[in-house]
Amino acid sequence: MIGIIDYGMGNVTSVRNAFAYLGFATILTDKLAVLDSCSALVLPGVGAFGSAVEELQRKGLFGYLQGRREKGSFILGICLGLQLFFERSEEDPGSRGLAYFAETIRRFPSGRKVPHMGWNRVNAGADPLFQGIGQGSYFYFAHSYYAPLADAESQLARCCYGVDFAAVVKQGNTYGLQFHPEKSGEAGLQLLLNFGRMVESADHTRY
Amino acid sequence: MLAKRIIPCLDVKEGRVVKGVQFVDLKDAGDPVEFAGFYNKEGADELVFLDITASYEQRETMIEVARRTAKEVFIPFTVGGGIGAIEQIRNILHAGADKISLNTAAVENPELIREGARIFGSQCIVVAIDARWNEQIQDWEVYTHGGRKGTGISALAWAARVESLGAGEILLTSMDADGGQAGYDIPLTRAVCEKVSIPVIASGGAGKMEDFARVLTEGKADAALAASVFHYRHFSIREVKEFLREQGVEVRL
Repeated sequence: MIGIIDYGMGNVTSVRNAFAYLGFATILTDKLAVLDSCSALVLPGVGAFGSAVEELQRKGLFGYLQGRREKGSFILGICLGLQLFFERSEEDPGSRGLAYFAETIRRFPSGRKVPHMGWNRVNAGADPLFQGIGQGSYFYFAHSYYAPLADAESQLARCCYGVDFAAVVKQGNTYGLQFHPEKSGEAGLQLLLNFGRMVESADHTRY
Repeated sequence: MLAKRIIPCLDVKEGRVVKGVQFVDLKDAGDPVEFAGFYNKEGADELVFLDITASYEQRETMIEVARRTAKEVFIPFTVGGGIGAIEQIRNILHAGADKISLNTAAVENPELIREGARIFGSQCIVVAIDARWNEQIQDWEVYTHGGRKGTGISALAWAARVESLGAGEILLTSMDADGGQAGYDIPLTRAVCEKVSIPVIASGGAGKMEDFARVLTEGKADAALAASVFHYRHFSIREVKEFLREQGVEVRL
């Protein structure tokens, strides 16, 4: 079971639909006991950094996510979910995120259309998450803030929109995606299928 | 590089597609979800459903269309037509639509844009602007109520205003060009694109594949929307995109 974290931020219908289409069961919940029974967690999110941080804290999810990371659980952050993995964001400078990454989320510089909305090419390094997905495949983005490039080890994929930015970050079994795989057609479905299979095979090793 | 988007638009009335039933290969050519699946396979970058249902009671049918589409088609889609309240926006987005578009209601109550953007995020809020050149004021004028009612508002000023209120995108239809298949309105599109720094979808007037190339280069649009040329199979979405790539326009193929 894949647990979709319910913290009131944005639309999760499509993420659940995509997993269901691929044959993976999901549950939408904010109950820690229910999340405990899930082999992987998805942190979706659309909206502002600061209010997302507040909601996660209010629901006791900050410490909970850290605990699951330490146990090696698979965690997938999507869009704002990725941004919450960082320490700070220019969107709400007073809020402190989950801080798995030390960089600060930045707003796209002026001179280009913001939001960065539409399909852009993603160049990924070797990782099971990108198995079967061609180099430079297009994914769907809709965001005004971006994660700067991190160190080579944690940066799995990059994209360019005036500036180079991190399209996918990775730390252990925690993955953050700036694009929306659930809206990225075939490439996005393949990526979610890869994620689901990684989770399943880890389960089989464990039991 | 960010690709230019090609977006087919489907007019939906009481849950059924009303124009362009030329698809012999669809089981049910009136089913918007079948259309959506077909266009997705052809390479559409997004879809727009325009609800032209007249009666308020039948509006629920659009929610059902959104819900079914979101289960089968995994590209972004927008629902527009007759949306005037936060609760309606919530229901459509919750059904799985990615964006909603506001038209008349935004002109009558601009705060709806701000409120929608605050609650759901700017990326969900598209403002549709129907504009027509007005010789007297020497400017493009905003029309509402499906193009029936002039407002006296300058389209350029309105575009800037909706951006400042938090709209994430503009769907710009030229009423002068719409239906003529003689090409998009390049001066209008370009003027709006130069006025705002949010993405602009050009609409109205597509007839030839060259029209797409022009509006995405000279017109500076971020995306081009069309209905008839795709529904009546003048050419396919893939053909347009291949043509655009030959012309040096970045597209997702």
